[in-house]
Amino acid sequence: MSRVFMKGTEAVAEAAVRAGCRFFAGYPITPQNEVPEYLSRRLPEVGGVFVQGESEVASVNMVYGAAAAGTRSMTSSSSPGIALKSEGVSYCASARIPMVYCNFARGGPGVGSIQPAQQDYLQATKASGNGGFRMPVLAPATVQEAVDMTYRAFDWADRDRTPVLILADGVIGTMMEPVVLPEMKSDEEVAAIKESKKKWACIGHPLDYAHRSWIEPGQWSTQKMQKCNEDAAALYRSWEKEAEAEEYQTEDAEIILTAYGISGRIAKSAVNLLRAEGIKAGLIRPKTVYPFPNYAYDKLDYGKVKAILDVEMSIPALFVEDVDMAVKGRCPIETCLCSGGNIMSRDAVIAAAKKIMEG
Amino acid sequence: METNLCVAGFGGQGVMSLGKFLADATCNSTDKNVTFFPSYGAEQRGGTANCYVVISDDDIGAPLGDVMDDLIVMNGPSLAKFLPTLKKGGRLFLNTSIVPDKIDRDDVTVVKAPVTEMAYELGNAKVLNVIMLGVYIGFTEVIDPAIVWETIEHKLASKPKLLPLNKQAFDKGLELGRSQR
Repeated sequence: MSRVFMKGTEAVAEAAVRAGCRFFAGYPITPQNEVPEYLSRRLPEVGGVFVQGESEVASVNMVYGAAAAGTRSMTSSSSPGIALKSEGVSYCASARIPMVYCNFARGGPGVGSIQPAQQDYLQATKASGNGGFRMPVLAPATVQEAVDMTYRAFDWADRDRTPVLILADGVIGTMMEPVVLPEMKSDEEVAAIKESKKKWACIGHPLDYAHRSWIEPGQWSTQKMQKCNEDAAALYRSWEKEAEAEEYQTEDAEIILTAYGISGRIAKSAVNLLRAEGIKAGLIRPKTVYPFPNYAYDKLDYGKVKAILDVEMSIPALFVEDVDMAVKGRCPIETCLCSGGNIMSRDAVIAAAKKIMEG
Repeated sequence: METNLCVAGFGGQGVMSLGKFLADATCNSTDKNVTFFPSYGAEQRGGTANCYVVISDDDIGAPLGDVMDDLIVMNGPSLAKFLPTLKKGGRLFLNTSIVPDKIDRDDVTVVKAPVTEMAYELGNAKVLNVIMLGVYIGFTEVIDPAIVWETIEHKLASKPKLLPLNKQAFDKGLELGRSQR
């Protein structure tokens, strides 16, 4: 397979089409406008439907509807728009509707800034809407990873009937990188995927009450609602084994840099330069931020590791809370931060690591 | 080996296209890693536009480095803004038609290219970016000029009438770049 040079947003959109996504509804916001732009042209080519909704709330609810009818469906936005979509995401989670959405995050809170940031971590991993639901949250560090994760997200969403979030940022969205695109699913495969959802989706059933599909984002009976919560909780527990992290040069490391997404790749390049100067640095980069890869931190040799340096484009630090729970006090955790649309400086990461090692 | 390039100028000078042509050609012709990262905020017409290209044998960290190995400057405000980011011993490619060629650093190599005037001489002010790309490739030889031209040709496939002009522009730039090596 030959590689092509693509922008992150467009590569994610193409990956979704290749995964069998045939419905997209969205509303414009920088820095992800190329997703709807690309799909407005691309989806009609494959018999899909593109809708620019009148708002984020309308768009996400259209996705809720299309996905409830068995079609692989997606929406995307950036931070303030993602916040608006929380209603529909929560409804999908409650009704167990598979859908995929993507956040090309920017500075916040509020309107914040239109440049890249990682200030939506807690929203993404802990509370993407009301009601205490969970969902897989995948954090790409390259355009290739964004493509691969989007492709996989649709399978995960269908398998477990859950929303899946791709937590990217404005850098991953607007940068161009070489990518190898995944295989295009044939019309037959896309039809078979839809057919496989017949048991629960509103695809069209005989007019008898017994075989009708019900999409229920809530229950009148408190007992039934609790049962739904218990079933969902069991599902969330089952995801623990699917947590994934990149572990780089960790075996003999005396300082571990930890970061996700764009900060993860910048931290990795800092590890290489620190190693070149004789400092034994390593990296843990969660690829799934929910479920969180605690195992990677458990494997560390805390006899050797002097400290962990959390690197993130968020002030205050947010990702560090999950790192803290994973490290369980086994070594000190320091931070190297920027936010508001500023991109993490590799030199700043290196300086922070050196300060710890010299101090 | 990693090269960090920043291309900066006015909106409308083809700064983004210049960076994209180079990055795309690198993707097509090598197995190196390459990133293109545009930087434009909520800026008004006439404001600065800039982009970053990183070409590397290893994984690329940030698609914009802290210090630049090479800097292409197309207008005055960009010189003031980006010259401090150029590393000691770095290479500065300057549009001397509209940017004074006296710079207040003596630790960088300056490649002078009056690309605005050259573009006017060719009869189309818009090709200044293609001339400058030629200058950059001619001077640095970072990738094969033939591959860069193929990429431009491919991008302009829907506008074949523009090809001869752009070819002329690219060749003029190459020549000027090579002459200053």
